[in-house]
Amino acid sequence: MTTKSKLYRKEAYWGYLFILPPVLGLLIFALFPVIYSVYGSFTDWDGLGQMNFIGLDNYKELFHDELFYKAMRNTLYMMLGIPLGLLLALMLALGLNRGIPGTTAFRVVYYVPVISSLAAISIMWNLAYNGDFGLVNQFLDLFGIKGPNWLMDKSTVKPAIMLMMIWKGLGYTMLLYLAALQSVPKDYYEAAELDGANAFSRLRHITWPMVKPVTFFVVVTNIIGGSQVFTEINIMTSTGGPEFSSASVVFYVWQKAFGNLQMGYASAMTVILGLFIFIVTLVQFKLDRSSEINE
Amino acid sequence: MALRRKWANSFIFAILLVGGVFMIAPLLWMFTTSVKDRMDVFALPPVWIPNPMHFGKYSEIWDKGPLLSGIKNSVFVAVTVTVVGTFTSSLAAFSFAKLRFPGKNKIFLLMISSLMIPYPSIMIPQFMMFSKMGWVDTLLPLIVPGLFGNIVMIFFLRQYLASVPNALIEAAKIDGSSYAGIYARIVLPLIKPAVAAQLILWFMAIWNDYLAPIIYLNSPEKQTLQLVIANFNATYAIQTDYPLIMAASVVALLPMLIVFLVFQKQIIESVAISGVKG
Repeated sequence: MTTKSKLYRKEAYWGYLFILPPVLGLLIFALFPVIYSVYGSFTDWDGLGQMNFIGLDNYKELFHDELFYKAMRNTLYMMLGIPLGLLLALMLALGLNRGIPGTTAFRVVYYVPVISSLAAISIMWNLAYNGDFGLVNQFLDLFGIKGPNWLMDKSTVKPAIMLMMIWKGLGYTMLLYLAALQSVPKDYYEAAELDGANAFSRLRHITWPMVKPVTFFVVVTNIIGGSQVFTEINIMTSTGGPEFSSASVVFYVWQKAFGNLQMGYASAMTVILGLFIFIVTLVQFKLDRSSEINE
Repeated sequence: MALRRKWANSFIFAILLVGGVFMIAPLLWMFTTSVKDRMDVFALPPVWIPNPMHFGKYSEIWDKGPLLSGIKNSVFVAVTVTVVGTFTSSLAAFSFAKLRFPGKNKIFLLMISSLMIPYPSIMIPQFMMFSKMGWVDTLLPLIVPGLFGNIVMIFFLRQYLASVPNALIEAAKIDGSSYAGIYARIVLPLIKPAVAAQLILWFMAIWNDYLAPIIYLNSPEKQTLQLVIANFNATYAIQTDYPLIMAASVVALLPMLIVFLVFQKQIIESVAISGVKG
């Protein structure tokens, strides 16, 4: 009995020791900062002088900050590309799931933008969207369309960045869909075909429900990622675009925190961002649970 | 029926091909722009294959900005973090998957929940913390947090370890192996493929990171590669030296492209799994 409990103690000792580094890392580099961030959002923190408690002043100011609203609207606007990306990715995955020759090569080709450096890609698209000699307008010119100066025009800058984000993320979503499609048992389709179901109803009643978890996962991760968009904005529109029309929330946070040293104010924004992401994750969790129960 | 399917497949193949062109053409254009004569960039109709190709920009870029030190810094950060961090992560994954100790599942759940903390929500206090330590404008803020491990990696390695039979580990315990010995001789060899795939994915993420470097690094010779090329873009766009900018960007993009093409099977497989399990 004593030797057994000794063995257990030994196992627990090593168990704790092995998880110590990530637990410490979590406490020092995530939990402590996140709590400090919340605290800082109630102060006039400027990173230099003393931090004075000012209650909800930062939040009240945010409520009247036109630029913050603009940054939020821009960020949400750029997320409108998510459903379009999903749809394209699903169609591509359906095409690739038919055992067509070259499937492996296609997977690689569509995945190249995903692994490419976002900074390099943003620099390339920055030039590609140039009004006079950019790739996009040269392409449109083939059809006799005179394209705008995409990134300089406040009505086109957001769709332009959105399209680039779809282009970059397409391969990833497609890959996840393809993996899900390959796990759908073939006899489902055979049975449906025997019952006389046409291609569209097979898609609607078999494929779509079967890939629902992936759709869900991608929507949530895209919302979380999309709410933190920064690099594209910083490189393609270094001032936040014409009339701040492409500035994202994180771009504005970055400007306020590290440009103007309004760290308390910027922290308040990150608290709102954090809450938004928390709610999205919670909704996913809840829906995920309920869909499991229903099926 | 068979004929109809054949036609449908040819049609889909054509669509996939067109889509593939849309994926690759911008990257090809990036490359051809980098070997264009400066005037050809503005030529209408566009020059797709410049004749002759000017590779001069690829030797010029090394003098026009701290590209070499950028590569060195990026390699240093990514290698240090992934090598040490993979060790700490795999050790923790082994502990979470196979060892018994009180509170294990609660701690694991806490770690997983912390994944929803977005980096922007912690970057300001983190910056102040590192600035108090005098680490601003050094690579340390990019390296040190990663050394403690990566929760995503711990999660996937733990999943992977679930398929390793417990009996294997119990047997080693009875044989008198130490826990460190079990990790090194049994666990690590078994999870090697998963470790390799996760390591590559993490390496790519660090290599391509932009937000953390832009916050911490000011001096040109301290900057990572992604920042260096962004500065190329900002500096030389005014002089409309686009071939130079594109050449620097191609250099920044190429290493990960090569890594991807070499390991594409492992990368694609491990990403596909992440979605199904995720």
